[in-house]
Amino acid sequence: MEKQFSVVGKRLPMVDAAAKVNGSAQFTDDLTFPGMLHGKLLRSPHPHAKILNIDVSKALRLPGVKGVVTGAEIPDRQYGIVPKARDEYALAKGKVRYIGDEVAAVCAIDPEIAEEAVDLIEVDYEVLPAVFNVQDSIKEGAPVIHEGVANNTSFAIRKEFGDVEKAFAESALVSEDSFYSQPVNHAPMEPHAAVAQYDPVRGQVVLWSSTQIPFFLRRNLSATLMIPESKVRVIKPKVGGGFGQKIDMFAKDFCAAWFAMKLGRPVKFVYERDEVFIVTRQRHPMHLTVKTGMAKDGRILAQQFLSYADGGAYNSTAPTMMALSCFFLMVPYHVPNLLYEGYHVYTNKPVGGAMRGHGIPQARFAVERQLDLMADRLNLDPADVRTKNSIKAGEPHPGGFVINTCGFAESVQLAAEAIGWKEKRGKLPFGRGVGMGGASFPSGVTNMSHISSGAVVQVGQDGGVNVLTGAADIGQGAETVIAQIVAEVLGVSLDDVRVTAADTGTTPLDPGTFGSGVTVRAGNAARIAAESVRKKLFECVADELEANPDDLVARDGVIFVTGSPEINITFPKALKAYQYKDLPMPLVGRASWMADTNEPTTLFTQPGNFSPNYSFMTQAAEVEVDTQTGKVKVLKMVTAHDCGRPINPMLVEGQLEGSIAGGMGQALYEDVITEKGQVMNPSFLDYGFPTTMEVPEMESIDIETDDPVGPFGAKEAGEGTQLSPAPAIVNAIYDAIGVNFNELPVTPEKILKALEEKKKQGV
Amino acid sequence: MKQAIALTVNGDVYEVLISPNQTLLEVLRDKLGLTGTKKGCDLGACGACSVLLDGEAYLSCLMLAVDAVGKEIVTIEGLSEGGDLHPIQKSFVELGGLQCGFCTPGIVMTAKAILDEEPQPTEESVKKKMAGNLCRCTGYKKVIESVMSASGRMGGKQ
Repeated sequence: MEKQFSVVGKRLPMVDAAAKVNGSAQFTDDLTFPGMLHGKLLRSPHPHAKILNIDVSKALRLPGVKGVVTGAEIPDRQYGIVPKARDEYALAKGKVRYIGDEVAAVCAIDPEIAEEAVDLIEVDYEVLPAVFNVQDSIKEGAPVIHEGVANNTSFAIRKEFGDVEKAFAESALVSEDSFYSQPVNHAPMEPHAAVAQYDPVRGQVVLWSSTQIPFFLRRNLSATLMIPESKVRVIKPKVGGGFGQKIDMFAKDFCAAWFAMKLGRPVKFVYERDEVFIVTRQRHPMHLTVKTGMAKDGRILAQQFLSYADGGAYNSTAPTMMALSCFFLMVPYHVPNLLYEGYHVYTNKPVGGAMRGHGIPQARFAVERQLDLMADRLNLDPADVRTKNSIKAGEPHPGGFVINTCGFAESVQLAAEAIGWKEKRGKLPFGRGVGMGGASFPSGVTNMSHISSGAVVQVGQDGGVNVLTGAADIGQGAETVIAQIVAEVLGVSLDDVRVTAADTGTTPLDPGTFGSGVTVRAGNAARIAAESVRKKLFECVADELEANPDDLVARDGVIFVTGSPEINITFPKALKAYQYKDLPMPLVGRASWMADTNEPTTLFTQPGNFSPNYSFMTQAAEVEVDTQTGKVKVLKMVTAHDCGRPINPMLVEGQLEGSIAGGMGQALYEDVITEKGQVMNPSFLDYGFPTTMEVPEMESIDIETDDPVGPFGAKEAGEGTQLSPAPAIVNAIYDAIGVNFNELPVTPEKILKALEEKKKQGV
Repeated sequence: MKQAIALTVNGDVYEVLISPNQTLLEVLRDKLGLTGTKKGCDLGACGACSVLLDGEAYLSCLMLAVDAVGKEIVTIEGLSEGGDLHPIQKSFVELGGLQCGFCTPGIVMTAKAILDEEPQPTEESVKKKMAGNLCRCTGYKKVIESVMSASGRMGGKQ
């Protein structure tokens, strides 16, 4: 019998949508407290320099200034999101490594005075030679950016299985191609902000921060301030988009807490837009060479990768990013023999970090582009090549992944049909073309035991349900999805459920929003917590309904016997019955959940499963190239998508649509341009991500699979869809004008130049 | 030198002491506590600070507060009457025309200005007039759909 759901699978508005449309939703910068002070940061004007001396005396003398702090005064504790890659200080100690590196912080009675005081700080620098690209940075004798890091290479990964050399020898075609993905800024609409308050009696600091990961932020704050985690409370107000950029701790977090503790007054830091562009994080620029061996029929026999990521001045998520970039070359295609070598290299530039897709979009761009190149060389249809190489659910995976459900092959077919592949590919007039790209993404990770989520579900006397979750909603709708899951389990309406989330002082541990793990991980914790409440209620009313508790169902406000809906009791009456039996109130269920795992992580050297489950998708684009101006218009983008069973199809669509705009930006427009380490376009106008005028017609096709691990069969939906729009668009440009672009973004300038070349060659 | 001015916001008159170089955005947020209007760039490039002045959409980060004296200012807080959502707001809620919600107040105010001027706009027209309001989450599809639906919901009337 097919399962029926009342709340799950419904297109329901976000639980906080009304607050967001009427202006009452509070973001960090919207918070004010009596006596609040304002902070500003002094940043390095040099890409690489020694700090010889800092004179803060003039700044301190400015009326209204309450405090100044430099790197020399803060504890010698480096931080970073990945424990083994910690290399950052909130304020530079002795040396700055990129233009924008934090040198000192000022706290004053208003932001203007703080800014004025920042200008009064005098710093003597000894300017050091700097490096601005990977090639120079890994050379013998290059300037050393971090002491003790040879060749400025802070992380290397090598992963191998099968025998690539043997497979290449057996291949009908072996192609080696090089690709480059540019730095992209997340550009969330809300600039990064933090407000801190200190309670000197309890010795507790409370930090409201625009963060994606309150619990990791608590850990980093505790470590750098050298106070116990129990004395740090991090609260996430509404967050105005993150896309990975709000995963790290920043100087504003540390300095707000530092000043609040020193001065005993609330302190706020808000970054300006240019600071968001220059000193937060960006998608890693990556050079990737791919060598692929293919059989005559298009089957991939082996792939070898060599990648260099330009990490900028610090590590941030470097090891995780490189690992993702490597491991997600093993899906959605079956690669029986693989060799990956990747290097994360420091340069004196803005810092790379997690960004939607996290290392995978760069790799996906290379592979999806090369598949088209090779299909062409073998005279095969690129769509057929994709279907032919699709991994399949239940089959042994060369890397040891456990693929329970996989709608990839179907996604290729459905996307092809929807874009009109057969009629259009190679058949449209010059200047128009279609292209596609495939992808797969993890729903969080299995390979770290501390990646687990907790949840508490409480039912009050009036039937109201309160869910405590540590999950961090940054606009994607995490709280809504969790509320829907709980409502479905308890058989109540979404209106009956209230979510309290992402407050390390009140909600259970949760790693936060990254790696697309929230729905599966925090969703499962909430599901199990709600099920334990339901079990107590079922046991209580079973006698009255003359049924076995296992045969009861809760739905639409009623508890009834399976197959006999007339034998029932309403939810409020069941709750009354529970109280009349003198059972303790409130009715509480709690749970924590993590994916099955083998400890310690061995994935770098051995096969193993990466994620509890995997989403799959194909995106197909139709483009029109204006051969006069070089401008590309994306006419249509189709996404055929397997995210298991969508908990809320409207929110899933929202993720797809936003990803298409983001992917278009990466394909055609966006690039953080630096000259000698200076960001040249740190504003919305100069950077230029897509507006209403650029976005294409969008169609989404849902391929529903019922995943056994995800709550109600769900898989991730937030990040995977960002992987394939760029290759789909660039492949479509190839179909349109017959030019292969292997470097992003494909700007009008590049297109005109290529068309000119083509003309010269007379083709 | 600070000066006292009177601003009419959401039908109420506020007397505030301001510096002549303060923007309307700063005064709305920092002096009047109307934080629904957002600061996304402070350069007039993102539209998050859009408010209505005498019925037309303005970027409050590019306008000095002193220049708003004598105008009827409406912010996002003034759009819903008695706590009920305006039909435009209802459409955005029901059709998922928002995600993180940071750009939303500006987008809703721009939508109000669009529909006041052109109660039955074409999709193309909405796209053009909404092009100054950036959103990084939605890809704009559901934003445009929400405005079109609001137009229908309001019966093509202002």
